[in-house]
Amino acid sequence: MLDTRLYLLQRISALIMAPLVLLHLGVMIVAIQGGLDSAEILSRTQGSLFWGGAYGLFVIAVSIHAAIGIRVVMFEWLSIQGIRLNLVSWLIFTVLLMMGARAVYAVVAL
Amino acid sequence: MAKNTGLNNLQESTDFLEVGIWRGDSSGGRLVTYQVPQQPSQTILDVVTWIQREQDPGLSYRFACRVGMCGSCAMMVNRIPRWTCRTHVQKVVQDNHLTIEPLRNLPVIKDLACDMSEFFAKWKQAEGQFKPRKAREDPIEQLLPDTPKRAAANAAIECINCAICYAACDVVSWNPAYLGPAALNRAWSLLNDERDSGQQSRLRAVASDAGCHNCHSHQNCAAYCPNELNPTASIAGLKRMASMAVIRGKL
Repeated sequence: MLDTRLYLLQRISALIMAPLVLLHLGVMIVAIQGGLDSAEILSRTQGSLFWGGAYGLFVIAVSIHAAIGIRVVMFEWLSIQGIRLNLVSWLIFTVLLMMGARAVYAVVAL
Repeated sequence: MAKNTGLNNLQESTDFLEVGIWRGDSSGGRLVTYQVPQQPSQTILDVVTWIQREQDPGLSYRFACRVGMCGSCAMMVNRIPRWTCRTHVQKVVQDNHLTIEPLRNLPVIKDLACDMSEFFAKWKQAEGQFKPRKAREDPIEQLLPDTPKRAAANAAIECINCAICYAACDVVSWNPAYLGPAALNRAWSLLNDERDSGQQSRLRAVASDAGCHNCHSHQNCAAYCPNELNPTASIAGLKRMASMAVIRGKL
């Protein structure tokens, strides 16, 4: 159900997520100090390779991390196994990735 | 709960224990209550033995050494897995009452005797057998006791295969294929044994779908191990070892 590769993928994705969460929270706290509306935020993020890369990487890491985590819960608590377990895990990964990619596009696209 | 007093009008006496024993087989069972006289330094195994000898010869249970070496007398005592020969009644009795049931996570044969086949099959599946590197005619290998590998092997080596950790493990209850703490702890001790030749295939066995990566580190195994081993730490070692092997392309 959870082999070494999936185990490593979940740990590595967590290692990627942790500093990006801190970066996001830090910027949010600093950015709103002088008052900031959504138009001003978008003016800074739109067309930014840095923010596109950071949030894009975060979305990929979240999709991998959450899909593997939910895979374990589905196996242990709902007894979903075999091909069904793989299919549902891939589905969760794909849905999270698409939703996240759409959000990143909305923030970064010109 | 059905009553099987054997001795009448003793329920109120504090000189008697009220003991609920699980009676049944693989098709199901129930708790039957017995009145057992209290004795100084009485163990749970003493209680079960007294019931079988004095009240109900049909009661099935398993024991051998009675001194905490063989690992055959483990049972659930008040819902906690314990070695019954070394568990004093006074330390676990609650309001003069004891509940004794067969080990969790294992199929019941009859009453308090479990079928240990799957437990030992997993021990083999994790390649818990020692595979020597040298033959009989080779000189005896020198082992230094203070190397990190030997220290790790020694820390895990005193397992008596009582299956208490297996009964305590929630992951086993959720995932019947999971190898479990005892088998993985054994594999860890061998993976740190420099005399052993089966490292690569053993690491592959413990890093499989049913292997070490399924452990959630709840540490129930370490909390209830009667020999105070820490299978969770052994499993964490296996996770590190398997991860490094994958990163280096050796698994």
